[in-house]
Amino acid sequence: MSIELKNITKQFGAVAAVNQVTFSVQEGELMALLGPSGGGKTTVLRMIAGLEVPTSGDILIRGQRVNELSVQQRNIGFVFQNYALFKNMNVFKNIAFGLKIKKWKRRDIKARVAELVSLLGLEGLEKRYAHQLSGGQRQRVAIARALAPKPSVLLLDEPFGAVDAKIRQELREWLVTLHHELSVTTIFVTHDQEEAMEVSNRIVIFSKGDLEQIGTPREVYEQPANEFVARFIGVMNVLDTEVKAGVARVGELQFGTPNQPDGARLRIGFRPYAVQVSTDVNLFPYRAVLHRTYFLGIMLRLEFELASGLVLRSRMTKEEYAQLGLEDGKEVSLQIRNYRILATEEAALPPERQSAYQPPPSIAENI
Amino acid sequence: MAGNVPQVNRQATAKSQRGTEESPLVKWLLVGVCGVFLAVFLLLPLVNVFAQALVKGWQVYWASLHEPDSVSAIKLTLLIAVIVVPLNTLFGVCAAWAIAKFEFRGKSLLITLIDLPFAVSPVVAGLIYIIMFGLQGYFGPWLDKHDIQIIFAVPGIALATIFVTFPFVARELIPVMQATGREQEEAALTLGASGWKTFWHVTLPSVKWGLLYGIILCNARAMGEFGAVSVVSGHVSGVTNTMPLHVEKLYNEYQGPAAFAVASLLALLALVTLGLKSLLEWKQQRDYQRAQVSAAETVAGPKSA
Repeated sequence: MSIELKNITKQFGAVAAVNQVTFSVQEGELMALLGPSGGGKTTVLRMIAGLEVPTSGDILIRGQRVNELSVQQRNIGFVFQNYALFKNMNVFKNIAFGLKIKKWKRRDIKARVAELVSLLGLEGLEKRYAHQLSGGQRQRVAIARALAPKPSVLLLDEPFGAVDAKIRQELREWLVTLHHELSVTTIFVTHDQEEAMEVSNRIVIFSKGDLEQIGTPREVYEQPANEFVARFIGVMNVLDTEVKAGVARVGELQFGTPNQPDGARLRIGFRPYAVQVSTDVNLFPYRAVLHRTYFLGIMLRLEFELASGLVLRSRMTKEEYAQLGLEDGKEVSLQIRNYRILATEEAALPPERQSAYQPPPSIAENI
Repeated sequence: MAGNVPQVNRQATAKSQRGTEESPLVKWLLVGVCGVFLAVFLLLPLVNVFAQALVKGWQVYWASLHEPDSVSAIKLTLLIAVIVVPLNTLFGVCAAWAIAKFEFRGKSLLITLIDLPFAVSPVVAGLIYIIMFGLQGYFGPWLDKHDIQIIFAVPGIALATIFVTFPFVARELIPVMQATGREQEEAALTLGASGWKTFWHVTLPSVKWGLLYGIILCNARAMGEFGAVSVVSGHVSGVTNTMPLHVEKLYNEYQGPAAFAVASLLALLALVTLGLKSLLEWKQQRDYQRAQVSAAETVAGPKSA
């Protein structure tokens, strides 16, 4: 067990930025802390680093309680959101800084820096200053600097936040490769669910200081523990319905919900992929009109308007779209293959009652 | 249709130019007023200082600077600067650090207090120390008994000068430190650096131009201060007269050329200060632009060097 957090709470004044959070990270794991901004994920990262002190609870690194250890003693590598490269030092000196502080011999420093420079593809940039580097290069220098003193854990705060979309994609793939090569325990913070899904082995999802769920990308997508996770990970159609004779209804839509009393209000959710479309208007139970098509590259996002005025979101590939011969304004019929109850009127349903939900194979295929 | 578009644009541009720009006459009138004003009230007197100092030739100029009382005044002024500038630099760095990096109760009060010397007349600053340490003052009798002289001696002059000059370094550093933020320092901490090493290797280099700028302004004021020093010095020629006080004394004794000779040194100090100030501002500006450029490139992608 590389890192353990036990009942960690952090109060800023009267506000609990982090509330009774417990989770652990395995040795060599690549873990994402995911959540909307203000969710407490950066605070958790900073507490692991020792840059913030938890109000209560314990933090263990490799079995050792580190609450009382200062930042300097924790042997962590930290990559800041804006990289925080030392402006007055060149790339070489930035990477060598931690080694110099630890009083490494000159020769060893040179060798270690050279090793990192080649590992991170920074050859020829040693003499440059931060302002002479591109965003991607700066980030790699920051990672090299953090890795130089051989930390037991690498922590990254929004590592891809400060670069544009194209470089972000390269850096994601590159981080996965790097982690694969070094297999140093890595935790990174992100607010981008796609990024977390793509890069990490496991995801910890935070909202308003509470830990909502921990799991692999597939687990949190297919078996969300609650409504927040279900809506935060991936796109979801969400409808408020009322139960009548074991069927939850809204507009013309009907969802079978056995064991629910008449008059109960349920929130029903389903993924865009669960909406099945046919141009044969009599094939599926619901009539709809293709209201609008958004081209997102290979995938298209479609909005269907039902006769009752409800709008459902769906997704399909360009090929499917072409095959069906769809266009805006076209009349179609729909069915909803899979759905889940997100919440009753009062509160989120406890997770175990959601087990009735069977993730359809098509969802996994479409991701 | 398409042919009309550029014309519309041209019209719009022409109008907006007429709308925002005054006629050349107004422009030159304003520039002219500023020029004449500066020439008459600033440049001419400055040139006059040097002219008057040299009115009886280099020999007299040189001699009046070598006269024992003048030498003593110059030495005392340098001594005061050597005492005051390091102390206020230390204080300024501490205060700027506290204000820029921490949140605490009474922060705004501290900021206000730092500005106090700018708001209060230097004479009052001098009188404060007379009331405190003068013979009739609170600590006067005790000091007298122990044979410690503060007022009408070097310590009093130093105290008054510290009071008058202490905002300069802090005032320059606070915005620079606030702009730099905590991240670089935190990065140094995570790499194992102690607080002191972080300060020495990371904080100080990133604020060096602002710090130097503050020190230069502080130094200029410390050497040139008249009011506060005049109250506490006692005007003992050759002992407690600083350069500004000495200039006044010489002038009152109708030694025009000698007065202007010493004054020319102070004027020279001002010119050097302005020169250094411009240089440092230029350097700061350059660093800032570099930071801007690199921030822009972070978004724009790799740059071919």
